[in-house]
Amino acid sequence: MIGPNKNIRAARYGMTIDVDRCSGCGACMVACAVENNVPPANPKATDRTGLTWIRVYKIDNGLPYPETRSAFVPVLCQHCGNETPCVHVCPQQAVEVDPATGVVGEMPQRCLGCRYCVAACPYHARYFNWWDPKWPAGMEKTLNPDVTPRMRGVVEKCNFCHGRWHAAKQQAAADGKPDTEPVEYTPACAEACPTKAIRFGDLNDPASEPAQAAKNGESFRLLEKLDTGSKIYYRSKREWVRQIANAPHPAASGKESFHG
Amino acid sequence: MDKEFIARGVKRCSTGKFLLWIVPWAALLAFGLYAAALVLVKGLNQTNMDNRFAFGLWIFLDLTVIALGAGAFFTGFLLYILKIGELRAVINSAVVIGLVCYSGAVCVLAVDVGQPLRAWFTFWYPNVHSMLTEVTFCISCYLTVLAIEYVPIVLKNRKLREVPSFLVFEFELHKLIYVLAGVGTFLSFFHQGSLGGLYGVLRGRPFAFREGLAVWPSTFFLFILSAAAVGPSFVLLTTWLVEKISRKKLVKPEVFGLLGRISGLLLSVYVIAKTVDTLIWINRTSPESGFPAAQYYSWQPFGTWILFAEIGLLGLVPALMLLSPKLRAHTGWLVAAAAMACCGVALNRFVMTVQTLALPTLAFDRYLSYFPSWQEVGTFLAVVAFGVLVYSVSFRYFQLFPSERELKMQVK
Repeated sequence: MIGPNKNIRAARYGMTIDVDRCSGCGACMVACAVENNVPPANPKATDRTGLTWIRVYKIDNGLPYPETRSAFVPVLCQHCGNETPCVHVCPQQAVEVDPATGVVGEMPQRCLGCRYCVAACPYHARYFNWWDPKWPAGMEKTLNPDVTPRMRGVVEKCNFCHGRWHAAKQQAAADGKPDTEPVEYTPACAEACPTKAIRFGDLNDPASEPAQAAKNGESFRLLEKLDTGSKIYYRSKREWVRQIANAPHPAASGKESFHG
Repeated sequence: MDKEFIARGVKRCSTGKFLLWIVPWAALLAFGLYAAALVLVKGLNQTNMDNRFAFGLWIFLDLTVIALGAGAFFTGFLLYILKIGELRAVINSAVVIGLVCYSGAVCVLAVDVGQPLRAWFTFWYPNVHSMLTEVTFCISCYLTVLAIEYVPIVLKNRKLREVPSFLVFEFELHKLIYVLAGVGTFLSFFHQGSLGGLYGVLRGRPFAFREGLAVWPSTFFLFILSAAAVGPSFVLLTTWLVEKISRKKLVKPEVFGLLGRISGLLLSVYVIAKTVDTLIWINRTSPESGFPAAQYYSWQPFGTWILFAEIGLLGLVPALMLLSPKLRAHTGWLVAAAAMACCGVALNRFVMTVQTLALPTLAFDRYLSYFPSWQEVGTFLAVVAFGVLVYSVSFRYFQLFPSERELKMQVK
């Protein structure tokens, strides 16, 4: 595991997702897949065996028409900061939290494919490569050279666009900025969101949007009571949407639809 | 044809009859190996597991067979450490059962992971915080211990004893048996516990998560206790089955009674501990995570019946049956109680693995079901067939039941 370095001013990258602004267009999912070389779905893949690092769920308030209201909730790795559930279970240290960024990283090259981390994640944000990754002829030329494609039999998940973070670090070095300072960058999903529902920044920086949003009374984190220290803050003015922070209830969930 | 390999003083069926018995099991094994090969070559897409049901039939099988195979370490512990001499009558059989269960589980685990060739990474980059690391280390070591314990049983074969160096080796190995029993007990306690800990530490899955002592959740101790309780029951059950199939008296009735009494005592302690643990979980652990425990049982078909079946019907009832000297005296009741105890532990492993993953955690999540593919079932059946074959060959050529000859003479 990476040990903390006292000379580095650690960042704690996080996100705020405004559920009221999300239109469910899926641009974040597409941008993420392109940026991170997530292969096109195998023809036999289902919604439970497909690969995506960010998944947009459609929820509704469970009331009949005309009171029906719906919303879209993008769910990605929550980059838990408190006893990260997936880090503790991995038998061969293929998952780790970078103390310099707070990002929960996955090392596919070391992954055994035991899927214990998949079982441990309460947000279902980890995906297993059930098939060999395949791109249609010619499409492999569009692969992002900064990100390694993963092989069959390993787990993968959101890493807040690690390739972009690296590029930002290199740019900072080229600009003569100290290596010990956090860098500013934007992950592909936040960049692609047409309604600016997804905002990304350093939660340690009080001026950053996610840090400010975290203090907002309309903000919440999924499954807050599990105390996983999630770095993804959701916000909504609607009370029924804020209820999704809680555990599921059989009676209510039966009415809710599901989309990904 | 193979008469000279069969121990003196015992009777075994003809070679032809034996072949007739093993051919269907060999065919089943071949079918299972084909299914497993498909998974290894084409990948885990051959299974019906998915990103939600990350574990399925195989993990349930692993946890169950390892619990049932606990008879090997626990009988060894009772015989060599606590000096309960009567158990010498079943120790060889218990070792074979243990070897079959553990080797079967390890083979299935190798198929169940996405990158089996990276299995050595766990030894090279071990995460000491992971229960799976503990499981991997202990199971690998214990399987080695079981294999060493199996060697003297093989070397006792009538034909092999003709080789003097084998005799010496077996004699020397036998001196180590107390050390092996001690090491085996230590390793088994740990991996049975860490298998329980696998799910107990999942704080993201409040249905499985349990509080505990130091780094070990309560499931760590419950798994040790339940495995120790059910191990003797499974030895009893298999011995009875072998007696029925071979139509031979293999152990004295007192041994059956003793195994039943040990199982009953431990099962009673387990049922009490499990009840206390469940009450703490319902009233404190789960609600504190934001999940009222009652809601887990609102998702059908996993109603409260499953909880009562596990603790009451297949826990308390067989425990009381095994504790009653009157019922123990009747083979029918004894065997039924042992079978119920085994089913109870299997149900517990099912609940911990399958029910945990079926239940949703996110508010907008669905309750999901899973049904294994034929490749998963085939691999499962291969383990069963492998077990039957190894046990059958061992029973035919090695002395699994030392009292068999003596009992045969008595009958005569």
